[in-house]
Amino acid sequence: MDNTLKPETEPLNLEIDQMTSRRRFLKWSSAAALTAFAFGAIRPEILGANDAFLGLPIEPLAQGAVDLGKGDTGVLNYAYALEQLEAAFYTQVIATPYSGMNSEERVILTDIRDNEIAHREFFKVALGRKAIPSLQVNFTTINFNSRDSVLNTARTFEDTGTSAYNGAGQLLKNPEFLLIAGKIVSVEARHVATIRDLLQPMSAYFSGDDVTDPATGLDPARLPAQVLPLVAPYIRTPITGNRLPQPKR
Amino acid sequence: MDNYKPLLETVEPEYINEMTARREPIEKAKKLTGALATPIISFGALAGTAYGQDSKLPGKIVDVLNFALTLEYLEDDFYRMGLNSSGLIPSGTRDVFGQISKHETAHVNLLRSVLGSRAVSKPQFDFTAGGAFGDVFRNYQTFLAVSQAFEDTGVRAYKGQAGNLRSNDMILTTALQIHSVEARHAAMVRRLRGETPWIVGDSRGTLPAATQPVYNGEGITTQGGANVAALPGSSSKIASQAFDEPLTKEQVMAIASLFIRRNS
Repeated sequence: MDNTLKPETEPLNLEIDQMTSRRRFLKWSSAAALTAFAFGAIRPEILGANDAFLGLPIEPLAQGAVDLGKGDTGVLNYAYALEQLEAAFYTQVIATPYSGMNSEERVILTDIRDNEIAHREFFKVALGRKAIPSLQVNFTTINFNSRDSVLNTARTFEDTGTSAYNGAGQLLKNPEFLLIAGKIVSVEARHVATIRDLLQPMSAYFSGDDVTDPATGLDPARLPAQVLPLVAPYIRTPITGNRLPQPKR
Repeated sequence: MDNYKPLLETVEPEYINEMTARREPIEKAKKLTGALATPIISFGALAGTAYGQDSKLPGKIVDVLNFALTLEYLEDDFYRMGLNSSGLIPSGTRDVFGQISKHETAHVNLLRSVLGSRAVSKPQFDFTAGGAFGDVFRNYQTFLAVSQAFEDTGVRAYKGQAGNLRSNDMILTTALQIHSVEARHAAMVRRLRGETPWIVGDSRGTLPAATQPVYNGEGITTQGGANVAALPGSSSKIASQAFDEPLTKEQVMAIASLFIRRNS
């Protein structure tokens, strides 16, 4: 299964190309090492030194850490990363439908795929040369033949995405970006309500007490530092977001 | 897209050369894990010390919150009356409307707690809209139709006000947290009506023509100057349904006022 996202159609900016070439010799086989790298436990220099030891032809994995950047650019790249993940997931869901997928589910999941691809492509073009590259995903823990696995993964991604946009609004300085984020988050919320209704039809689950606080009627809002670890298991490319804006207070 | 200038390149030119993988920030990534357990919003903070002092809220924010409160009053009364109308809501969907009703009540209480003495009082409502929906509490299909119109309007209303709340991060975030719940409601009610959960074009679907203002402007296919319909994998349909659009306060009140009694 090729989980590689759509190939880049435009050249990346010069600095990314340089960094990629510097990192090209860094090939790792260990997912654990990648995870450790992503969270700073292993210095890339050390991995580089060990590369000759690893030595063998290895599936090309991440080509160095991708930093989301700072300011509004960073926040939009953060959203772009999440949309890449979602779009790749639903693309796979439709390419290899789970057994028993009925026509209603196929229509819904196809619509959601299309929406997520539109979000991804929008961010790519809006960010232009500041866009992070296409990320490689890791869906090895998802059973795409299982309705339960697919729909619960979809629920997780959509609930997480909704909370991510809710928490990121305050980090954006440009009101135009805030409005666009608002235009997207309500569609993500529509997605997750629908996915939840497929899981537990005609119940309170579409906005269940497990996600929407019953005392306040509020959905969660999460900061990037809370969201990135939740999605890290599904993204092979190491991502750093430590230059992202912090909330005031 | 040939002439499209990427949105970001127009506003943050200083960042053009910074979008790279870097080595030194990786060490700093350790800091990420330290912040994981910090919830950024809690009800206690909201209703308590942070801005329980309603007199300190800027007038602009008070206006927005009272606008939101008026819409929440509308929804809260609507669902309570619906649930109390015997024979209206089928047993199979009572849990759905019970959940929505619970949220709307919570939103009213939350907004009132933030506004304190500056909260507007509840208007008197006419959910028949002067007779246009005369059987709203006797005919489940009419009830569903009004519900969908309220929820889709609510989503657009909050979206349209986000920019006016930017001076207060906590209130902005809270409004966004309500906004996504309204969108969940909207999607669920649309499903109950057999509509797509997302809005396609500016279509009101099978709703009566009187509700068209709820959907006007939803058919936009450009975002931030980008023609989303022309992007890979997209179309006019996809570009419209993938992005919800805002309404202004005036547009929302033109809709809501149909349900508010005069001289109340």
